[in-house]
Amino acid sequence: MAFLQLSGVQKFYGANAVVKGFDLDVTRGEFVTFLGPSGCGKTTTLRMVAGFETPTAGEIRIDGRDITALRPSKRNIGMVFQAYALFPNMTVADNVGFGLKVAGRTAPEIKSRVDEMLEMIKLPHLRERYPYQLSGGQQQRVSLARALAPSPQILLLDEPLSALDARIRVSLREEIRALQRKLGITTIFVTHDQEEALSMSDRIVVMNDGAIEQIGAPFEIYNQPRTRFVASFIGTLNVFSGVIRDPAAGSVEIENQAVYAARLPKDVKAGETRALALRPESLRIGPASAGRNALAGVIEEVMFLGSVVRVRMRLKQSALLIDTFNDAAAPPPARGEMATVNFAREDLIVIGDR
Amino acid sequence: MKRNSLGAWLAIVLGVIYFLAPLIATFEFSLRLKRGEYSFEAYRLVFASGDFQASFLYSATVALATILIGVALVVPTAYWVQLRLPKLRGVVEFITLLPLVIPAIVLVFGYIRLYDSSSILPLTGSVFGTNILLTLGYVGLAMPYMYRSVDTGLRAIDVRTLTEAAESQGANWPTILFKVILPNIRSAILSGAFLTFAIVIGEFTFASLLNRPAFGPYLQLIGASRAYEPAALAVMAFAITWACMGLIQLLGRGARGATDTR
Repeated sequence: MAFLQLSGVQKFYGANAVVKGFDLDVTRGEFVTFLGPSGCGKTTTLRMVAGFETPTAGEIRIDGRDITALRPSKRNIGMVFQAYALFPNMTVADNVGFGLKVAGRTAPEIKSRVDEMLEMIKLPHLRERYPYQLSGGQQQRVSLARALAPSPQILLLDEPLSALDARIRVSLREEIRALQRKLGITTIFVTHDQEEALSMSDRIVVMNDGAIEQIGAPFEIYNQPRTRFVASFIGTLNVFSGVIRDPAAGSVEIENQAVYAARLPKDVKAGETRALALRPESLRIGPASAGRNALAGVIEEVMFLGSVVRVRMRLKQSALLIDTFNDAAAPPPARGEMATVNFAREDLIVIGDR
Repeated sequence: MKRNSLGAWLAIVLGVIYFLAPLIATFEFSLRLKRGEYSFEAYRLVFASGDFQASFLYSATVALATILIGVALVVPTAYWVQLRLPKLRGVVEFITLLPLVIPAIVLVFGYIRLYDSSSILPLTGSVFGTNILLTLGYVGLAMPYMYRSVDTGLRAIDVRTLTEAAESQGANWPTILFKVILPNIRSAILSGAFLTFAIVIGEFTFASLLNRPAFGPYLQLIGASRAYEPAALAVMAFAITWACMGLIQLLGRGARGATDTR
């Protein structure tokens, strides 16, 4: 049975639907990320779980108990905010111990738990500092400790890394994930950063325009996007059109060149034009070996990016981006040169929606 | 460039003369009670006067009550408007500005008409009732200053996120208000409180027409019958107001660190 369950959750502001029919089951201890562009409804959904927004329709259950109408203070949910939201008038120790104090725990209990939390976030030496005396990364660690101190049932993270610089962001996301695994706490993480989502999550919920586009493990979301939106939102992708020739054989025609796809959506018909996608890193420059697809074109641009060389090859109308690792022994082709790229049948994605 | 600099200095000097010359002249005059020598005799007479002590104590007490009622009324209102009713901010600001638009004399005559001995709430029928009416009148009079101070303080902190953070920690509304919001707008509340004190301590119209023994009517009475003591009282009133302003600055500076974020 799902630990956190969202069933038919909707949110309207007037006539404007912000979240449309959201269904999700989260198992205990799972790390689920809501990923999508600004305004897709991910934060509103998180806020409905926290209790800061009331769903227009649907219900939210934690461990089988309906909490849809429960006040935020009664939900036993820890939340970390993008803007840290530490109480400026309190020291680090007071911030971390706030929830425990509110819950009426004794002073020795609070001190012991605060010490434990500060050890956990590796900041025991800063216990008497005020928030304004801490860096952004330190403030967010304290915010995490404060959220975890009262031992909540669920941890909600609302873009907690967005305000931090790139280096801190990477180290903190690793810390958050390690802590989450150690504590085994069910976690919902909201972000618009696909790298964060792919690197941290057990499952990703990709959202667009208030609706779920796809739910799946990072590997699945990246390699088998079900919709054009997911395909274009996650990573760099070559998206172009092709005509289905023989659905049974997986035969597809791209600008008069025949290729094969290992998987086709069930509803495809012969003669139908569909969106196709290829990841740049799945393409190799050179003639195809047996069982692999090949496409011929003209090299239009070569960009040397250090460890990676990005090549743009023009077919007739479409252009393909190809990412290859830099190899001193095999220089990339020159601009204007005729070339062939090859790729596995499994790498050709025929997108589900039209 | 040099001409601009000269112009600025000239403006500053003229400004300083405009403000300080009357004050210095008043102070100098207040020291001339004894013929042929400067002394603080006028000040000694003022301090020794029972009327001075009683009227100052009365006004200070009313000011304190005004501050307490004003804070209790304004802080939850401004907080709620900021948190849940931001669309009503314009309306609330307009209402709080009304005491600046409507002259005090109009307000007090309105009060007298509304709360005279023939009304349902005959506040002017007793001394205690009149004191209550005066205090509530001052709450209205100081509202623009108190509301603006508190609203500015609330805007300087992220009220919504702090409230939500406290709620997610299990805090109820009184805890959020007293443990999280109030300590973070302390300097703003103190600013409003000192401005209220400065307004109430020298207010004349309300106190005089409601016939209460406040400091304002006392100043007027002394001014009409004595020569040097009113000058001493004027200097003291300036000193009280400046002390209030100085305290606002001092406390504002001290509290800045608490609301600062990197």
